[in-house]
Amino acid sequence: MKFSENWLREWVNPEVTTDELVAQVTLAGLEVDEVDAAAGDFSGVVVGEIVAAEPHPNADKLQVCTVSDGTEQFQVVCGAPNARQGIKIPFAKIGAVLGADFKIKKAKLRQVESFGMLCSGSELQINEENDGILELAQDAPVGSDIREYLNLDDSIIDVDLTPNRADCLSIAGLAREVGVINKVDVMPVAITEQTVSIDDTFPIRIEASEGCPRYLGRVIKGVNVAASTPLWMVEKLRRSGVRSIDPIVDITNYVMLELGQPMHAFDLNNLSGSIVVRMAEEGEKLLLLDGQEVALRSDTMVIADEQKALAMAGVMGGEHSGVNDQTQTIFLESAFFAPIALAGKARSYGLHTDSSHRFERGVDATLAGKAMERATQLILEITGGEVGPINEVAAQAFLPTANKVTLRRKKLDQYLAMSLDKDLVTDILSRLGLDVVDVTDEQWVTVAPSHRFDIEIEADLIEEVARIFGYDNLPSSMPTAAVNFTAATEGKTPIQSLRATLVSQGYQEAVTYSFIDPVASKQFFPHIDPVPLENPISGDMGVMRPSLLPGLVKVYLHNQNRQQSRVRIFETGSRFVGDVNKLDELDQTHQVAGLIAGSRYPEGWYHNSEKVDFFDLKSHVEALFALNQGVKPDFECADEVYLHPGRSAYVLVNGERVGVIGELHPLLSKQLGTNQAVYVFEINLDAVLGAKLPEYQRVSKFPEVRRDLALLVKRETPVQALENVIAEHAGEAFKKVAVFDVYQGQGIDESEKSVALGLTWQHPSHTLSDEEVNSAVDSVTAALAEKLGAVIRG
Amino acid sequence: MENLNQILADALAAVAASDNEAGLDEIRVQYLGKKGALTALLKQLGNVAPEDRPKFGQMVNEAKEQVQAKMNERKTALAAAALNAKLANETIDVTLSGKGQEIGGLHPVTRTMERIETFFRGIGFDVASGPEIEDDYHNFEALNIPAHHPARAMQDTFYFNPNTVLRTHTSPVQVRTMENNQPPIRIICPGRVYRSDSDQTHTPMFHQVEGLLIDENISFADLKGILQQFLNVFFEDDLKVRFRPSYFPFTEPSIEVDIMRTNSKGEESWLEVLGCGMVHPKVLEMSGIDSEKYTGFAFGMGVERFAMLRYKVDDLRMFFENDLRFLTQFK
Repeated sequence: MKFSENWLREWVNPEVTTDELVAQVTLAGLEVDEVDAAAGDFSGVVVGEIVAAEPHPNADKLQVCTVSDGTEQFQVVCGAPNARQGIKIPFAKIGAVLGADFKIKKAKLRQVESFGMLCSGSELQINEENDGILELAQDAPVGSDIREYLNLDDSIIDVDLTPNRADCLSIAGLAREVGVINKVDVMPVAITEQTVSIDDTFPIRIEASEGCPRYLGRVIKGVNVAASTPLWMVEKLRRSGVRSIDPIVDITNYVMLELGQPMHAFDLNNLSGSIVVRMAEEGEKLLLLDGQEVALRSDTMVIADEQKALAMAGVMGGEHSGVNDQTQTIFLESAFFAPIALAGKARSYGLHTDSSHRFERGVDATLAGKAMERATQLILEITGGEVGPINEVAAQAFLPTANKVTLRRKKLDQYLAMSLDKDLVTDILSRLGLDVVDVTDEQWVTVAPSHRFDIEIEADLIEEVARIFGYDNLPSSMPTAAVNFTAATEGKTPIQSLRATLVSQGYQEAVTYSFIDPVASKQFFPHIDPVPLENPISGDMGVMRPSLLPGLVKVYLHNQNRQQSRVRIFETGSRFVGDVNKLDELDQTHQVAGLIAGSRYPEGWYHNSEKVDFFDLKSHVEALFALNQGVKPDFECADEVYLHPGRSAYVLVNGERVGVIGELHPLLSKQLGTNQAVYVFEINLDAVLGAKLPEYQRVSKFPEVRRDLALLVKRETPVQALENVIAEHAGEAFKKVAVFDVYQGQGIDESEKSVALGLTWQHPSHTLSDEEVNSAVDSVTAALAEKLGAVIRG
Repeated sequence: MENLNQILADALAAVAASDNEAGLDEIRVQYLGKKGALTALLKQLGNVAPEDRPKFGQMVNEAKEQVQAKMNERKTALAAAALNAKLANETIDVTLSGKGQEIGGLHPVTRTMERIETFFRGIGFDVASGPEIEDDYHNFEALNIPAHHPARAMQDTFYFNPNTVLRTHTSPVQVRTMENNQPPIRIICPGRVYRSDSDQTHTPMFHQVEGLLIDENISFADLKGILQQFLNVFFEDDLKVRFRPSYFPFTEPSIEVDIMRTNSKGEESWLEVLGCGMVHPKVLEMSGIDSEKYTGFAFGMGVERFAMLRYKVDDLRMFFENDLRFLTQFK
């Protein structure tokens, strides 16, 4: 809420500077966003009157004005189109200073002398108006200093109120708070019951009592809507960010800002039969003040007459029922709408008004009558009129009751870790307007005032006491808590190790959005219906990612387009697959994904610029699994739309698919515009972080024996199959097999390949004899021949 | 005798003149070998007068030893010279770069998150995590934010259906922890959170670390102490910190924490870095914790904000562009 400091000081005027005031309220929980001067820093500008305006002899757009400052007359050349005889304007005399480097001097404009300047609103930094000079009220006292006349030595303070402090959405509320902080009295504006001069009333019927437990109406006849709103009111409204419209609307806005009660005025001639507060018919049309026609929902409360909806209750009036320039008789509304009835309603229609803002957060339920009298008083002063009696309809059952809340000494001391003096606490509570009905050494029994309906429980009172005492004045300590030992499991690799492993392989971590373009999702996973957001930020962030890969590929492209040809990136995070309407079954697994492309090594002097391939990536994946003796994964050919069919694999753990690895399908690559082969992997994080407790095996003292085998097998025979057969048939002393060459091409049948393997044996308790090893080799070669048709290469 | 002296002189001269090992070997054969000149002298021992024989024999042996010693000396010198020449020849340019992979690096958000985690793990907090697609109950209701609470407008929420949202904070993890555990509870919940807001200073996804400590007799003073310590440790500075009343539906009292920053012109200003407060009794009760017996505090911070302050990043959106020229600055 924006407000004028001077206006506040009419209500409460502690001896503190603006800066101190701002710091005070901020530290009391009313955070000040901004402080602006009400006008620029100028001097020497007075109220002037244009007594004559003649065309400039040498310029079409200029006029030569004669301006009076009440004692003397000056010739001033002026370019404003609205400069004319008879108006009162801000007159910067010779010697006036407008801003740091702008001093008004005698000047000659197109051969005509000019003694001073007539000012626009923007030149005085009062507003943004720059189309002409600022026209002052006709009764502005000529010759007086404009700063004094417009009360411009003022600050506009913008305070960002939290939703619980609806009580501060008015000058009255802010004044209460400032009064409490400074221990000074608040001087509220005097509100008296206005004399009723006519009997006219208009019937009110409330059908929606729960949403509208109190509604006050009053008829005021013979208002002069042509009267102008007094300057002081226009200025106060302006400094609260509210534009002056007509005197009646200005007055209702003024009372809202002053007291916190939103009000509305209808033109009585446009009302038919009676006022009805009811829920809207589903689809009922209402043309709002802002010119927008809405189709109402039945959960929306309206102010209607016997024929039609007139206004959205507590949100915005209607176009046809409000005050217009023909209005003579008004029906003034001052009501209490329950927060729960209005909560979220304005927003659901794309609306947000000063009124809805207040009613949603809560307005003091006892304020309506007071506000009605205050508005009536101002209307009589400004537009005149004849006042009818107030017609009040209330449903006591639905009106809020005062909250009785007890604060226990024990709890207060425990929360604050100190013991505040009893009288101090009583004083803080009383100053906040709470009725402290009983005080003992153990507790304070209080009743919250109607404007502090947010105070409901003991913790609320603790907060109030702490807040006024000052959070910074409360003690600070480190808690003493029992040391608690978290089991440090070695059954799982910490994610930090996984990240470190990838980083040491040259990977840079990326963080991409969890929502992706549905088009990309379909490109990669045509068979998956990704989880759609109901209200995405934009179409290309419309669905939750079913995989981390589309995001990583996008990152690759971003960097490729910025001359980064060598890319190694990874990401960890959730993927989302399944039916969001069955939340318990929705797959939100944590994944790790990586992407590599470009040269194997960074460009350097020592190597050729060989590109990475499938096996580079595979070694990285294997390294992740190998951390802390994790399970050794298996790989089998994959069948995924987005992967190269001959260069991709599923990663399996105990026969279960836990990930994929492969080259991006060349077709997809081409569509996306990659300029080289891109390799990706994605694995379930839990699977890859599996670890095993190391268990010591005695190191054999006996020598290893190695035998090399060169085998001819069918090309399609996976080497893994050879390795499996070998492991099965090489006997108990078998240790390991290494593949040291794979060859296909010249000298070998086209359907075959040659695989060279080195087998190692070592026995734990004796030196192996040639016979033992030969027999193992024989059984291996026999099994290979039988099971895989492998032939020993001569 | 002259003969011996002459042969010795010749042999020593030859050794001195020799410039390789093979040459030295020839000299050895020539003088010390079976048919060598000095060996030959010994064979002539019979021609020497018997009384002179011992002396002559000794002289020849001394000469042989002398030649052998010189030869060894020369050999060592030659080997050293050869090695030096070889090593000189093997000289490399040590200013050339090393071979192999460049090191990669962590994302600044992860780096920051790990830094925050390290502090809290160090004082006994566990790290907890939970789902990002959440039900309305855990994201809002259980945190004392009923439907249509104005606070819901404070957090623009992504919806899947009226009951399912992308979590707007990591607080639902706290709720789930409270539902499944009794105090003492000491956890932090790092993770991704989402709000439908996108401009210069907001991204629709960002990261939070929230924390929760519940035990008997936890006070406002404990909250102040821990968070002040945390800020000092995180920024490695003795920061000026202020605690300011605020409002969150799930805490009462609620607090925002500001730190004093000094800009390049030396001007000081307060900057909000943390939200926190004493856990609202309703929140404790809703998750099955006795609010008479236990109190606690909760806090939450935006990881990107901490990363920006720590590493002087001035554009939030850089974090999610994943431009390598940005990312590699945080190796």
